[in-house]
Amino acid sequence: MIFMLLMLVILFSLLTVRQQHPTGASAGNQVAKTIFAQHGKEAHVLVVTRSTDEDRAFAQAAVKRLKASGVDVLGEVNGSAADARKAMESILSEGKTIDAIAANHVTAKWTVYDRFPSVGSGKCVTPKPYTWPNFLKVSNLMGVANQTAIYAIIAIGMTMVIITAGIDLSVGSLVALASVSSAIFIRDYCGGANASLFMIIAGILLGIGICAAAGSFNGLMVTAFQIPPFIVTLGMMMMASGLSFRLAEGRSIPELPSMFFWLGRGVTFGVPNPVLLMLILYLIAHFIMSRMVFGRYIYSIGGNEEAARLSGVPVKRVLLAVYTICGALAGLGGIMLTSQLSAGDPKFGLMYELEVIAAVVVGGTSLMGGQGKIFGTLIGAFIIAVIKNGMNLTDVDPFNQKIVLGAVLTAAVLIDRLKRHAG
Amino acid sequence: MSVRPSLAESPLLAMHGIEKSFPGVRALKGVNLTLGRGEVLALLGENGAGKSTLIKMLGGVYLPDAGLISIDGIDVQLSNPSEAIATGIGIIYQEFNLIPGLAAWENIFLGRETSFGLVQRTEERRRAEALFAKIGVAIPIDVPCGELSVAQQQIVEIAKALSQDVRLIVMDEPSAALTPQEVSRLFEVIRDLKRSGIGVIYISHRLDEVFEIADHVLILRDGEVVGESATEVLTRQRMIEMMVGREIKNEFPKHQHTIKGIRLAVNGLGRANAVRDVSFEIHAGEVLGLTGLVGAGRSETARLIFGADRADRGTILLDGVALKIRSPRDAIQAGICLLTEDRKSQGLVLDASVRENFGLPNLNEFSACGIIKEKRERSAFANYVDRLSIKIPNQEQLARNLSGGNQQKVVLAKWMEKNAEVVIFDEPTRGIDVGAKYEIYMLINELASQGKAILMISSELPEVLGMSDRILVMHEGRITGEVCDVANATQQELMELAVA
Repeated sequence: MIFMLLMLVILFSLLTVRQQHPTGASAGNQVAKTIFAQHGKEAHVLVVTRSTDEDRAFAQAAVKRLKASGVDVLGEVNGSAADARKAMESILSEGKTIDAIAANHVTAKWTVYDRFPSVGSGKCVTPKPYTWPNFLKVSNLMGVANQTAIYAIIAIGMTMVIITAGIDLSVGSLVALASVSSAIFIRDYCGGANASLFMIIAGILLGIGICAAAGSFNGLMVTAFQIPPFIVTLGMMMMASGLSFRLAEGRSIPELPSMFFWLGRGVTFGVPNPVLLMLILYLIAHFIMSRMVFGRYIYSIGGNEEAARLSGVPVKRVLLAVYTICGALAGLGGIMLTSQLSAGDPKFGLMYELEVIAAVVVGGTSLMGGQGKIFGTLIGAFIIAVIKNGMNLTDVDPFNQKIVLGAVLTAAVLIDRLKRHAG
Repeated sequence: MSVRPSLAESPLLAMHGIEKSFPGVRALKGVNLTLGRGEVLALLGENGAGKSTLIKMLGGVYLPDAGLISIDGIDVQLSNPSEAIATGIGIIYQEFNLIPGLAAWENIFLGRETSFGLVQRTEERRRAEALFAKIGVAIPIDVPCGELSVAQQQIVEIAKALSQDVRLIVMDEPSAALTPQEVSRLFEVIRDLKRSGIGVIYISHRLDEVFEIADHVLILRDGEVVGESATEVLTRQRMIEMMVGREIKNEFPKHQHTIKGIRLAVNGLGRANAVRDVSFEIHAGEVLGLTGLVGAGRSETARLIFGADRADRGTILLDGVALKIRSPRDAIQAGICLLTEDRKSQGLVLDASVRENFGLPNLNEFSACGIIKEKRERSAFANYVDRLSIKIPNQEQLARNLSGGNQQKVVLAKWMEKNAEVVIFDEPTRGIDVGAKYEIYMLINELASQGKAILMISSELPEVLGMSDRILVMHEGRITGEVCDVANATQQELMELAVA
């Protein structure tokens, strides 16, 4: 599995190799250094950038560095070509000369410099371009991880359920239910955008709690009444979805406080919060499944429920707990999604159950139960995410993307079968 | 190897120089086998001797690495099961190949329905009835096979083979799940087959049956033929010695149990019609044998005591204290354990390692705050691997890959670790070879000598007579007889009580 993921990473890296232009502070420093090396202390330099955050960081760093080395900075333009022309006009009218222009790969292409014979675009100094795959850019990889995190979190619960030889089709609808119920609670009872931290936490726990209760209901139907999990959770899927739309009256609920968005969009220790949460949950789940009695019981029930029962395993209690956990994690996924997209919405989570089941299966967990690994699911989720992202970067048509994803899912299971057959 | 004169020209089946290797094992090392028309050949050997591999080649499941198979003198290549069927080979595996949801007649003709995808219901049902009539057993042909008893399913398998115009039939332990009565009916069927010139390969661990039905005996050990001869010139003793490769003095180990006070007392236990007003006691250090025909309610009684099914009526007292048992978990906590008759579907998680299987009921002991102390589990199990001489390459071996005897030992180890006071064995040696059987018997005696109460359910009358201190016989859900003087009891006597 991990081999397959690596192959995909290599494939998409090779397919997306492009010329890259450095941006931001480090690029600014680099340009300042080049100018100083070319012209020495006596140079008169104009810095030209657009008004984006990255460009401002570039300009600031360049100006700071140039000044530090004693170079005369004539001015700093953060704007359009017209702004640059005005700046040059005023500098030249004061009788000063322009020896070099610190620009980036965009501003250097402006034609405005050639209007002034004493300047010319030849005076532009730009950061050195380099070759690097678009896929492997830190921003892209972080984006992939961030998008995968929610699926992966829900897939933990699904892995447990599938290892017991069950299935949970309701997770997608529970995502919507958690999103809608917590958002409505915060809007209607906690002052919406002005809600306090305490009330936000209450809202989150309410959303997760409702989904955990729905999961328990699934578990109860499966254990006490022996209804097949497929049917029970299919029913829950419809009920939860309908309930979400009813509660939200079909609309999205954006009246949420900005503190709420930290969860899905904040960054801790340089890692996006959803990714961090995902990693922590996977470590915990791995520990439970491989080292704890509860995990051993889950595997034994999936392997042979009757033998487990006759060995004294509290089968019903374990199954109840597993479905509850699955529901709660789907709820948590719904909260994260609400936070990421800044609104509660009954349309969230559509088809998530299939995406999550696909991740679990691609990750090597058998639908027959008894076999599977938590980290396999994480890898499975990333395999799917990498394929999607890679196809976007290589401009594959969205319809074709669907075909490829379906084929990959089938192929993953086929390879697994063949390997098990051979081994 | 002796050539039998009557089969000199072209025997019905000849297997010559058959070799087969699996990764790490040479399962068969040049095996020769001949079977004449109308002959019954008993194939004997311990589990792992290579019998199943040999049979699977006839069934088209495996291809031999080397060697020839010929039918009526013509070499055949059996590369898949349908070729085997087309060649006229019918195989009845130990694990039945019946679809539980389909009726008997549907199972018999499964895959051979004629006439353009339409099921010829009337015709097939009529032929199924005729087959059962020929066998001489009444099987409700419209009941889904999953609801039939093991013995009935066995008959359906035989009928299925017969319906395919077979020239030779292989039966892999057909009698394992049958009562003596049913076995004798099976033998009548086999004699019928003989008369019509069909060759039969009969695999069994029950040597009595071999003497009764087989013309010839072929004994395998470690993938080689270690003996072949006509049945009448062999002794039971000699067969066992050839199978295990060493001398065995007693089939059943001698024991001197000191029987003390009552440990388990069952009173008026009942559930629907399966178990009716069953009462008995087991004393400390006593092996109580429980026998009867299949369906007499023996396993059902055990399941009630163990909480696997809920009793409608009755009380269970352990050391004078009334127990409330609502689930196996309750029973285990009270100190009762059950070694089920079907290890594969009820005793083991086959795709889990043997260590995990061993640990399953003992995780409280091997964990703290819900975290498993694997080291503790590992060393505890290592103890039993030595003590019970369980043959495994390592503790991570999957339970699925073990022979029946070793599987039973793993199950036994997990309950011995639990240190239960009452140990119920349901058919403890079914499908287990002679060598391992002896070891299991030793362990049963050892548990008894520790003062535990043992209930041993068995259909094998020699086993019941050889092992028990006292014997109960059940019939149609009731206890119909008790035999205290086991030393002087006979199989005849038990049989009479069982059919009551």
